[in-house]
Amino acid sequence: MKNHYQLLIIGGGPAGLAAATIAAKDGISCAVLDEQPTLGGQIYRAIESIPEQRAKKLGSEYRRGKNIAEAFRLSDAEYYPNTKVWSLNNQREVGILQNDKASILSADQVIVASGAMERPVPFPGWTLPGVMQAGAGQILYKSAGIVPDNGVVLAGSGPLLLLLAWQYLHAGVEVKALLDVTPLSNHIGALPKFPRALLAHHYLTKGIGYQIALKRAGIPMLFGVSDLRADGDGVCQSVGFKHSGKQKTIESELLLTHFGVIPHIWLTQSAGCKHQWDDSQQCWRPEHDEWGNTDISGILVAGDGAGINGARSAEHAGRLAGLEALFALGVINQSERDNRGVKERKWVRGERHIRPFLEKYYQIPKKLLATDIDETIICRCEEIAAGEIRQAVRDGHDNTNQVKFFTRCGMGPCQGRQCSNAVAHLVADESGKSVKEMGHFRGRPPVAPLTLEQLATLKQEVAE
Amino acid sequence: MNSDVIIIGGGLMGSSIALQLAMRGCQCIVIDKASPGRHSSGVSAGGLRLLNRDPAEIPLSVEASKMWRDITSLVDSDCDARFPGQIRVAENKADMEKLEQRAALVRSLGYEHEEIIGKQELYQLVPALAPHCIGALINRTDGYARPYHALTAFRRKAESLGVKYYPSTEVYNVEKEAEIWSLKTSQGIFSSPILVNCAGAWANKFATSLGEAVPLEQKALMLMVTERLPHFVDPVMGAASRKLSFKQMQNGSLIIGGALVAKLDFAKEKTDIDWAQLAKSADTVISFFPQLKQVRIVRAWAGIEGFMPDNIPVLGQSQTHQNAYHAFGFSAHGFQLSPVIGKIMSQLILDGQAELPIEPFNINRFN
Repeated sequence: MKNHYQLLIIGGGPAGLAAATIAAKDGISCAVLDEQPTLGGQIYRAIESIPEQRAKKLGSEYRRGKNIAEAFRLSDAEYYPNTKVWSLNNQREVGILQNDKASILSADQVIVASGAMERPVPFPGWTLPGVMQAGAGQILYKSAGIVPDNGVVLAGSGPLLLLLAWQYLHAGVEVKALLDVTPLSNHIGALPKFPRALLAHHYLTKGIGYQIALKRAGIPMLFGVSDLRADGDGVCQSVGFKHSGKQKTIESELLLTHFGVIPHIWLTQSAGCKHQWDDSQQCWRPEHDEWGNTDISGILVAGDGAGINGARSAEHAGRLAGLEALFALGVINQSERDNRGVKERKWVRGERHIRPFLEKYYQIPKKLLATDIDETIICRCEEIAAGEIRQAVRDGHDNTNQVKFFTRCGMGPCQGRQCSNAVAHLVADESGKSVKEMGHFRGRPPVAPLTLEQLATLKQEVAE
Repeated sequence: MNSDVIIIGGGLMGSSIALQLAMRGCQCIVIDKASPGRHSSGVSAGGLRLLNRDPAEIPLSVEASKMWRDITSLVDSDCDARFPGQIRVAENKADMEKLEQRAALVRSLGYEHEEIIGKQELYQLVPALAPHCIGALINRTDGYARPYHALTAFRRKAESLGVKYYPSTEVYNVEKEAEIWSLKTSQGIFSSPILVNCAGAWANKFATSLGEAVPLEQKALMLMVTERLPHFVDPVMGAASRKLSFKQMQNGSLIIGGALVAKLDFAKEKTDIDWAQLAKSADTVISFFPQLKQVRIVRAWAGIEGFMPDNIPVLGQSQTHQNAYHAFGFSAHGFQLSPVIGKIMSQLILDGQAELPIEPFNINRFN
C-alpha cells in the first residue's frame, strides 16, 4: 500500500467498484478501501464467495453484483478489505485502520462511496435483545446463511422489508407477520407520483411480485399499523401494535424492523462538506453536482451515500465520479468526460423515476420519527430517553447540538449514528420548527471508534 | 437597544460578569456573534484546577475554588461539579525535584494548597497507575464540572435577573460619542455607557478598536473522549514532565487533553484534528495506565481559544478609554476562574476597584 494515491475510493459497494473500474483503466494509481471483509457492499455482500444456491434464493437483483465484481477484478485498482476509514479531512487525508494499525494516507481525489444505513427509528422496546434492524438479518443470511429458526415478525416500511420477507419465505423461515407502519394516507399522497414511476415499471412489477408471493404463502400482511412496540422481560417476547383501531399482540422472540435507508454521511460530514436536508427522503445528504463533486475540491460522492437512489443508480453515479476524478487529474479532457458520461447520466436520471413515488409511499409518519412516548430510549449509548430531550428543548436548548451538549445524547460509541436523526426530529417537533432549521449533530472524528492502542500506533508511523 | 453595560461575548466570563452586575441591580446586555459558549466555554475540559497556577493567578484561583464549592448558591445548579483533587505525577527524581520546588514556591507565597505526596499515598489514591511513578504534587480540593451545564446555569441565572442575551449578533463597529458606546451590529445598534470585552479568541478585534491591540494568539486545543468505563480513577491526572491530562467524568468516560494544538483556520473557524499529536497523547496515557489499551476513543474535537504570550489573562480597565473593560485571554485555563472573574470585574466596574490583586493582568503590560 502506498502513502499517496491519485484516487482513493472509500467503500466497496456498487458505486465504489464502478468508480474504481472506470478510473483505473486509464492508468492512475487508485485504491478502494473497504471496511468489509469482501467486496460488494451491503447490497452485493459476499457476492464472490456465495454458494450458487443461496445466491439464487436472494434473487436476480443480487446476482447482478457478479458482473460488477468481475469487471472490478479485471481492472488495475488495488483493493483493501478489512480497512476501516476513521477520518477524512478537507485536505483529503484519510485515516485508516488495518490489523489494529492506524495510518494516514493522502490522495489527490477522494470518492466517498459510503453507501446507506438503515434509518434508526426508536420505539418502545427497540433496545431489547431480539429486536434488530432487518439489514442485520440480511447480513447474517448473505454472509453465513443464517436464518431465524423460531420465526420472525417484520415491521416497518420500505421495499427492503418486502424483499427480506420474500427472501425468508424462500429460505423456509416462518414469517409470523409483516407489519407495515406507513399510514394509508401515504398511498393516496403517492398517487400523483405514480405516472412517473411507471417509467421504472420493472421496480413496480418486482414489488408487486413479492407481495403476491407473500400473500399466496399465507403470510399475514397488515397495513397502516401504528403504536409499534416490543415487550418482554429483558428480551423480546412479544410485539404489540394497533391495527384497524384494535390493540394486538404477536408472540415472537425476534422482531426485525426496517424504516428505509438514509445516506451514510459521517465521512463527508467529518470532512466538512456541506449537507442539505432532503425533505422527500427525510434525511441529510451531502450537496453535490451530477458528477459527484461536493463543495470541497477533490472530494466526490457517489451512490447511496450521496442520497438514496438504489444500487443500480449507484453503479452509474460511481462511473460518473470516476470520470470526474480522471478529468480533475488531467487524464482526460472535459469533452471526453462529457462524452463518456452521456449514457451514465441518462441512466442516473432514469433511475430517479421511481423515487418520488417510493419516497412518498413509504414516508415514515412524523409520530414515529418524533415519538410522543417520553420513556422511549433515544440514545442507547448514553441511555437518554425522549422525555429528557423534550425537556432540554423546553429548558431553552433550542438546537440539536445544544441538546447534545446538555443531555449527552449522541456522545457514545456509536457517535450519534443511531440517535442523530431521532434527536433532530424530537427537537424540531418540540420547538415547532423544521428539522432543517434544527441542524445535524456536528461531526466529531474519529468516524469509527479506535482504541488508544490503535491510535498510538500512528505515532510510530509518523516518527518513522 | 440601551442598557447600563454591554458585554461582548456570552461565554462563561461574559455570563459571570453579567450575573454579578445584575445581582447588584445593573442592566446588562450580552451580545454574542454565535450561540453563547459555542467555542471555549462550551467545549472545554471543565477542569477546576488551582494546582500549578501562575503565581499571579493564585489569589483569584483560591477565591474561585471557594466559590465553586458553593456554586449552587450562586447559580442555582451544582454544574455537576466534583472535587476529587488533582495530581501531577513524578516519574523520576528530576520530576520529583521539580515538584518539590513548585510546592516550596507556593508555600513561600503564603499558600498551603499544593502538597507533595510520596509513593505510598500516590498508589493509595490512584491504585490503577503504572508502578514506575515515585510521588506527586496534589491539590486535594481541585476537580471538574460539566462546562455546558455551568454555562447554561450562569446564563439562566443572569437572565432570571434581567440580563438580555443577543445571540447571532456580530459587532461590526465600536464607537464612542459623548461618553456613550455605540455598537453597530448585525442586529442593529446597541448603546451603553460601559463596555466589557469578553470576546475570547476574538477579543483582540475589540482591543484594537479601542486602540490597544494585544499579542493575542488564537489556537485550538484538542480533547478526546473515550467510551464509558467502570469507575477506576478519582483525581484529575497530570504529569510533571509529560503532556498528560485526563479525568474520568461522572458518566465513566475519560476526557484526555494535554494542551495539544489542532490545525486551525481562524477566519473560517475551522479546526482540523492533528492525529499525530493525539497519537502521542494516547501513547502517554497508555504508559501511565496500560490497562486502557483497548479502550475506544469515540470523539475528538478542538475548541478555539485566545492565548496571551505570558499565558495569563488580560483583566481590568482599558488604558485608552474610561468605561471600557477587558476580561479575555485566559489561555485555556479560565474555566475554574469564571465565578471570581464575574465578582472582581463587577467590583471594578461599579466600585472602581477589585478586592483581589489584578495589576499583573493589566493590558498595558504588552506596551
